[in-house]
Amino acid sequence: MYRFMHRSGGRFKPGDNQLTLAQLKNGQSGTVVEIQGGRRMVDRLNALGIIPGKKITKTSAMLMRGPVTVEVDRAEVAIGFGMASRVVVKPG
Amino acid sequence: MTKILLMGNPNVGKSAIFSRLTGVKAIVSNYPGTTISYTRGYMKLGGETAEVIDAPGTYTLEPTSEAEEIALRLLDSGDIVINVVNAINLERNLYLTLQLLERGIPVVVALNLWDDTKHRGVDIDLDKLRELLGVPVIPTVAITGQGIKELAENIPRATSPHQPPATRDERWANIGQIIEQVQRIHHRHHTWRERLEDASVSPFSGGIIALAILAASFFVIRFIGEGLINYVLDPLFNTLWAPVVLKLSQLMGGSGLLHDIIIGKLIGGEIDFVQSFGLLTSGLYVPLGVVLPYIVSFYLVLGILEDTGYLPRLAVLMDTILHRLGLHGYAIIPNLLGLGCNVPAILSTRILESKRERFIAATLISIAVPCAALQAMIFGLVGARGLGYVAIVYGTLFIVWIILGLILNRTVKGFSPELLIEIPPYRLPPWRMVLQKLWFRTYGFLAEAIPIILGAILVVNVLYILGVFDAIANFTAPVVTGLLGLPKEAVTALVIGFLRKDVALGMLAPLALTSGQLVVGSVVLAMLFPCIATFVVMFRELGVVNMLKAVGVMIVAALVTGGILNLIL
Repeated sequence: MYRFMHRSGGRFKPGDNQLTLAQLKNGQSGTVVEIQGGRRMVDRLNALGIIPGKKITKTSAMLMRGPVTVEVDRAEVAIGFGMASRVVVKPG
Repeated sequence: MTKILLMGNPNVGKSAIFSRLTGVKAIVSNYPGTTISYTRGYMKLGGETAEVIDAPGTYTLEPTSEAEEIALRLLDSGDIVINVVNAINLERNLYLTLQLLERGIPVVVALNLWDDTKHRGVDIDLDKLRELLGVPVIPTVAITGQGIKELAENIPRATSPHQPPATRDERWANIGQIIEQVQRIHHRHHTWRERLEDASVSPFSGGIIALAILAASFFVIRFIGEGLINYVLDPLFNTLWAPVVLKLSQLMGGSGLLHDIIIGKLIGGEIDFVQSFGLLTSGLYVPLGVVLPYIVSFYLVLGILEDTGYLPRLAVLMDTILHRLGLHGYAIIPNLLGLGCNVPAILSTRILESKRERFIAATLISIAVPCAALQAMIFGLVGARGLGYVAIVYGTLFIVWIILGLILNRTVKGFSPELLIEIPPYRLPPWRMVLQKLWFRTYGFLAEAIPIILGAILVVNVLYILGVFDAIANFTAPVVTGLLGLPKEAVTALVIGFLRKDVALGMLAPLALTSGQLVVGSVVLAMLFPCIATFVVMFRELGVVNMLKAVGVMIVAALVTGGILNLIL
């Protein structure tokens, strides 16, 4: 189950004017709208400052569905591709 | 006795504060998860002695890894908590602070990395923060010691304001209000350091930087290691120690039981520090003359890499590859530590979240990651036949690491979570700390390895004299000779590998092996049976069933690899 979800990184569809962190371009900023995941995943992301309403900037992404790096509150956080695909942001 | 706990998010400087308070040297690095167990120390508190415990870093009191579970268990036994908080990222650090306040345990907050706030454009109203939290808040700079005295003085003033239990959302809302009142952020321009940070985690420039750093590390390790051997240790052993031992040998009559144990066999009437195999010859030369130089050079370079903050960036770059092996990028840290010693490496798999990852990582490390002691002997013995042969040994182990990981990823049940790590800012390594850590690890090697090496050499000599090795050699001859193409006496090295791998490889020296046989022997020795210290730590960390599984994988992998190499070479 988990592995399936991980491989189909783009399974959750964000709404209008919204993108997932994985879809955001490098250097682009956005505000976190929601995290589409279980409690454990939400907890882990929250702990690193990724909370709805928070402004974050994507710094880079590795090739081949590698991790996404974001800057949030003056800290740099690396997030696996599957997880990044479930963080919905509103660009701007 | 009062128990004081140091708690806080990973990589905020808990261990540095611990060292300052207690004088006990704890290992400090610039990446999350350096402390995977706890360290105990003592300090004076109002005329009485108090116990101080350095807990592993944790983001919340709802643990997601073994290291975090340890932190939570420690909390139950503590009387006072020093909550170490990163002043640069106050907001998310406060989540743990609020959880601690809800537990009703007296808390004092150390606002660490305070010196960074100015040039990172962060303004914190300390009085307001004290008022809102209701506990003492002391700004500190653990690396330089600033604020530590005030922190110690304020430990007795730790209080519990009895926050009511809250939900996750309530806590975050509460934190939002606190931050609004105490923190001001000034905009500043990007610095060269931040550009370098970004470049290190971009696919193209990051890859180039990683290759350059790894290549430079390799050359520096080899340069320092070989330099120490050629210009310091070999001259010392050959010109000073050899005549003394030779004299002693003459006094003992040049042969006999006791002579063979203490001095070993003379090779052509001379002492041969590798082949003689006595306590005073190989027993001292292997740990001090061969292994120590590489321990010093390896841990110096590792310490610098740890303290600059490069390792988490390497984890990001390696993530895609390590996913294929059932791990995520952060597993690169235990694997790199394994190149020094497998024991702390397997302990450090506690930073990985799932049991599956820990099993895969520990198995891969124990089979395919050779420790510094073994590598030093490989460079010494195999390197003498040409560096090409050394390359074959390393190349084989690397291929085994990959293939075994691919197989384990397909066969081991359970799931491996994704990478989610905080990447610390780059820092210039604090040299005093780098050297302190180097001394700490070198001393650890000397204290633990030398007695076992001497013991192993004693055991080897006694077993030879008793003829036990001949019996084992004849019994295992079909496998050793038939499958691996080694002389049957080589089995003695494989047996002793259980005690120490460096001594074991040394036992291959007098067997007059061809270069191909030496490569097969080195690879099989590296893969088959970890040393006893690694065995013990695998048993403790994985449990008996998983340890036996790992050993099964190990035996099959070592024999298959050795057999294939024997056919090719």
